Amino acid sequence: MSSSLRLRAAVVSIALFVTFLAIWHLATRGAAPATNMSPEYAKLMGATATAGKSAMPGPLDVGAKLWEHLRRPFYDNGPNDKGLGIQLGYSIARVGLGYLLAVIIAIPLGFLVGMSPLVSRALDPFIQILKPISPLAWMPLALYTIKDSSLSAIFVIFICSVWPMLINTAFGVASVRKEWINVARTLEVGTFRRAFTVILPAAAPTILTGMRISIGIAWLVIVAAEMLVGGTGIGYFVWNEWNNLSITNVIIAIVLIGLVGMLLDQVLARVTRLVTFPE
Amino acid sequence: MTDKFISIEGIAKRYPNTDGVTAVFENLWLSMGRGEFASVIGHSGCGKTTVLNILAGLDAPSEGVVIVDGQAIGAPSLDRAVIFQSHALLPWRTVLGNVAYAVSSKWRNWDRAKVRAHAQRFIDLVGLAGAEHKHPSELSGGMKQRVGIARALSITPKIMLMDEPFSALDALTRGTLQDEVRRICLETGQTVFMITHDVDEAIYLADKIFLMTNGPGAVLAEIVENPLPKDRARNGLHRHPLYYAVRNHIIDFLVSRSKSFAVDVPRHDPRNVPVVRIGKPEPSIVSALEVIERTSTQAIARLT
Repeated sequence: MSSSLRLRAAVVSIALFVTFLAIWHLATRGAAPATNMSPEYAKLMGATATAGKSAMPGPLDVGAKLWEHLRRPFYDNGPNDKGLGIQLGYSIARVGLGYLLAVIIAIPLGFLVGMSPLVSRALDPFIQILKPISPLAWMPLALYTIKDSSLSAIFVIFICSVWPMLINTAFGVASVRKEWINVARTLEVGTFRRAFTVILPAAAPTILTGMRISIGIAWLVIVAAEMLVGGTGIGYFVWNEWNNLSITNVIIAIVLIGLVGMLLDQVLARVTRLVTFPE
Repeated sequence: MTDKFISIEGIAKRYPNTDGVTAVFENLWLSMGRGEFASVIGHSGCGKTTVLNILAGLDAPSEGVVIVDGQAIGAPSLDRAVIFQSHALLPWRTVLGNVAYAVSSKWRNWDRAKVRAHAQRFIDLVGLAGAEHKHPSELSGGMKQRVGIARALSITPKIMLMDEPFSALDALTRGTLQDEVRRICLETGQTVFMITHDVDEAIYLADKIFLMTNGPGAVLAEIVENPLPKDRARNGLHRHPLYYAVRNHIIDFLVSRSKSFAVDVPRHDPRNVPVVRIGKPEPSIVSALEVIERTSTQAIARLT
């Protein structure tokens, strides 16, 4: 039953996708007849003016271009012409670094906040104020203090992914069942061992949920951050191709951003499943 | 009481509330000898669990001290194992993992193999051999509580503290588990302090039954000594001539006297709680004629 449901869902998905491609194709193909203009002028004007073709690329254009990119993902022809693999690599590396930094800071701090009501109350106003700030608002300050655009992007990733992790870790740690803590206490388990053998495994699913939210936000923010700082990365690529008026490349970049985001989320989802325990 | 293995000396527990302070209990004195099985019975809110938590070291009294084996207690200790009402197993560990966690907490320098072998011995003891690699979520309520018992026993504590250990189980499982706990405690001469709501459970398991009045301001009203022989068996329990005498005494207390105790006994001395020994019931002669008469009148009453 469930396999047949999966099969039917896949069929519907594919049908939807094909319909979408067909509509897209029909909407962007050249329709109007060629106007009478001198051949040289027509050459200047391009297919948009002569054949009534839409300025929007069709699925076939995008497909052809994508194939071209996939064949040479890592070429490097200078600052403004790098393969998509390189651009995505830069973005993933920035997200990875900023995210890792956030994990190193947020999880121990979250433990502290979750275990100590005093620290929790003391830090609460700061967290409440800092959390809703758009990570990009930090950018000028980061650029001014760090004086390095690439590091500033990493800082922005750090600052946007730290909050969900911090809040979820604190919540997970604070809501560990009292009876599990009592078991550790009656067994005279020390604070340090208790943190690793009881609190960490008990809070792990909540912590991982926070990490999963964070990676999603980090991947959202990197595109915007790279548009601002420029130089390399998939966000810069999108903006650069917009300046080149290459809508085809912009569409390809959008699709790839979606795919990479999904992969990152899936990795975290897999890890979450590993640490989740049934009760 | 000559041998005071556990001595609760004048403890009180008070909580601040909107209009001042509420005392769950005040000036509570209670003592137990080594190897005794004692049970506390009282209505909800009389502070039974608080007494147990104080004994375990999980909670601190507002006043008074608890002395165990000649030493005042302050913090939880591996000498006092707790069997929790909700079994409190760590769900991410297997049965063996849960017991081994306790074992390795007690003997920190033991190697893995030794810890496992020791834990396995206690898993076998509670009849869970074969289930050691299951997670708590795969176990029934009775099996979970068995793991809780194995975990408590595995650290060979001086005292076992049980907080309504069987209350979450179905009647059949409860019976089997009571039998096993009784067997294990008799074999090992364990000192046990158990909280229960179940009068029959107390009579079957305990040597001494502490009756507590209703809270707030609960007091230890009476200590009932169990008159049933040490080698009592579950199936013959209700045939013992003193069984109903004890049972009725406790039930009378729970139904009526636990409420009115403070009024009925105004000069109750919490340091000298009366010990109740229930003797043989007065034999009463019931003539055969009377019985026939009574049954016939009942029959007539039913007819009309």
